[in-house]
Amino acid sequence: MTQDKQYVGFATLPNQVHRKSVKKGFDFTLMVAGESGLGKSTLVNSLFLTDLYKDRKLLNAEERINQTVEITKHTVDIEEKGVKLKLTIVDTPGFGDAVNNNECWKPITDYIDQQFEQYFRDESGLNRKNILDNRVHCCLYFIPPFGHGLRPVDVEFMKALHEKVNIIPLISKADCLTPNEVKKLKDRVRDEIERFGIKVYQFPECDSDEEEEFKQMDKELKECTPFAVIGSNAVVEARGQRVRGRLYPWGIVEVENQSHCDFVKLRNMLIRSHMHDLKDVTCDVHYENYRAQCIQEMTSKLAQDNRTDSPLPILPLPTPDGETERLIKMKDEELKRMQEMLEKMQQQMHEKDQ
Amino acid sequence: MREETGQEQGLDLEPPVRMEEEKEVMEEREVKERVVEIEHPLPCLTESDTQGIIKGRDLFGYVGIEAVLDQMRRKTMKAGFEFNIMVVGQSGLGKSTLVNTLFKSKVSRKSCTPNYEEKISKTVQLQSVSHIIEEKGVKMKLTVVDTPGFGDQINNENCWEPIVKYVNEQYEKYLKEELNVNRKRRIPDTRVHCCVYFLPATGHWLRPIDVEFMRRLGKIVSIVPVIAKADTLTLEERLEFKQRIRQDLQANGIRVYPQNEYDEDTEDRILNDKIRENIPFAVVGTDKEHQVNGNKVLGRKTKWGIIEVENVAHCEFAHLRDLLIRSHLQDLKDVTHNIHYETYRVKRLNESNANGQALSPLNRENGTLEKSDAESHL
Repeated sequence: MTQDKQYVGFATLPNQVHRKSVKKGFDFTLMVAGESGLGKSTLVNSLFLTDLYKDRKLLNAEERINQTVEITKHTVDIEEKGVKLKLTIVDTPGFGDAVNNNECWKPITDYIDQQFEQYFRDESGLNRKNILDNRVHCCLYFIPPFGHGLRPVDVEFMKALHEKVNIIPLISKADCLTPNEVKKLKDRVRDEIERFGIKVYQFPECDSDEEEEFKQMDKELKECTPFAVIGSNAVVEARGQRVRGRLYPWGIVEVENQSHCDFVKLRNMLIRSHMHDLKDVTCDVHYENYRAQCIQEMTSKLAQDNRTDSPLPILPLPTPDGETERLIKMKDEELKRMQEMLEKMQQQMHEKDQ
Repeated sequence: MREETGQEQGLDLEPPVRMEEEKEVMEEREVKERVVEIEHPLPCLTESDTQGIIKGRDLFGYVGIEAVLDQMRRKTMKAGFEFNIMVVGQSGLGKSTLVNTLFKSKVSRKSCTPNYEEKISKTVQLQSVSHIIEEKGVKMKLTVVDTPGFGDQINNENCWEPIVKYVNEQYEKYLKEELNVNRKRRIPDTRVHCCVYFLPATGHWLRPIDVEFMRRLGKIVSIVPVIAKADTLTLEERLEFKQRIRQDLQANGIRVYPQNEYDEDTEDRILNDKIRENIPFAVVGTDKEHQVNGNKVLGRKTKWGIIEVENVAHCEFAHLRDLLIRSHLQDLKDVTHNIHYETYRVKRLNESNANGQALSPLNRENGTLEKSDAESHL
């Protein structure tokens, strides 16, 4: 009985949050980057068990000579056991395909910055009820298995993006590598990532009070990066079951077989255990970096222009109409008054202390 | 862009591992001269046919002309053959491994350089390595020209220029020797007989860099495109990919070996048509052996099976090897000599006549020729 008296009941908060989130649904934006022909579309289809690229037309070499890097978006709503996920896949066709690939990552960094900027504006705006979060939460970067490690274009791309988005490097088309070659390549890539100072997405450390099994799984996961993946659009018959796989004359590669490739690990990590963490890191680290940088640039510009400091960042917005301008001015003055009051109060407290 | 052609290891190398072959290495097609056709060595009295060729059955007795074949064979076997092959492609596509597998010996740059490191070099450098390999009494001086750094940079513009320059320089060397007053009996032949171009197995189309390279080099050397590391494509994907590549090649006017305008007769045409329907060959290379059904085979062992390199159901390595070595090796050399080299020679002689510089031996002032800088016109 005493227990009941001491029980307040806020232990049910996680359930309440859970219920609300289920109602609201989640959203996740995933970017895939890498040269053509590395199996990006196939992997995305395998991960989310959909066919997002049904009507895609592959460009031939002539059309590709004049192609520039594009950004395309596909959005799909997935529902599983009552939980809704709005998934947006951002694709980057044309990346790394040209003869001269100088700065071919610029359209991609520009896109990511644009999403940040839009969120920044929305966040600083007046109506914040329905902010659309289009920020890129994760970028899967496909490294070709054909090379001996990272190529110059891989290094430059990852260095241009590692402070804007969570990068997860993957070794694509891993079915052309023997187990030894996979291990060698992974070691090589990990070395080079460290050597070049590329900050890829780090799995958060396990809490010390987690179960041993979980800790073991987590350790295995970390030692396995970068994941060597294989994707498939087709279902084949293997060992009496129908599985996603690729049929070769010399055997059948099963996508979900852990001894064949790391696809299951990637899927578990991306969707089942770390999706939320990816979003958090995007919001807390990458976005905040962007925001701080943006504000710094603006305040330095303001100081140059010799205008009074305003707590509200004055953004280069498209010219608003008269009504909103008036409102903004009103709020501006209000805030200024409040700030002055605050300063006065602080001074008084300071004097009191002394 | 530095060029290292100085890694020739001399003719005194001991031959690397001998090959054990069941079939003949070279067919008896060293002789391309038109020998009088001899059908039966039986004497018979008839008129010569309309073409003016006297057939064997028309002769009065056995002359023994066919013995010329034997004489030629013996001479060429004593002298030995030269074959220069160039491999071009991005780093990591298995060029060195494939060359080793083709000739069943460690002939590539990877196996011969003592401090070989798999690093991406900043510029395209050409390195050539020569070996003498021997089989059943036939000696061949094989030179492998490697092109590390091709297509590996972020900006690959003009990465084909060092290669074009190299090919033309070999032609120039041969031309100079040919035009010499006192020329050697056997002009050392460093001309590139075959250029194997490695395409990554993307499964889509040719990339712009592939088109640019093959367009330029298809005019001056015989290109054999191959799909590298093809064990990542299923059979349907492989067929579709090949079809698309062939379409691309045709659309861009790229001529790869065997070119159909050089077919000499219907027999050639039939044979080459079959090859043309199958290019580019999807190859897998390895130097490791595994046990399969009690036999030792060259293959790659993965968790889902063993890919046998010489099994035609798995990959087309055997077709490539047959094309390059067993059936068309001499043809590759002939095409290089009779067509590509002649084109170069005509171009050079015309240029020198137009410039007023004397190149032809008929009106030369001193013993040296002037070098022309018209090599990178392509």
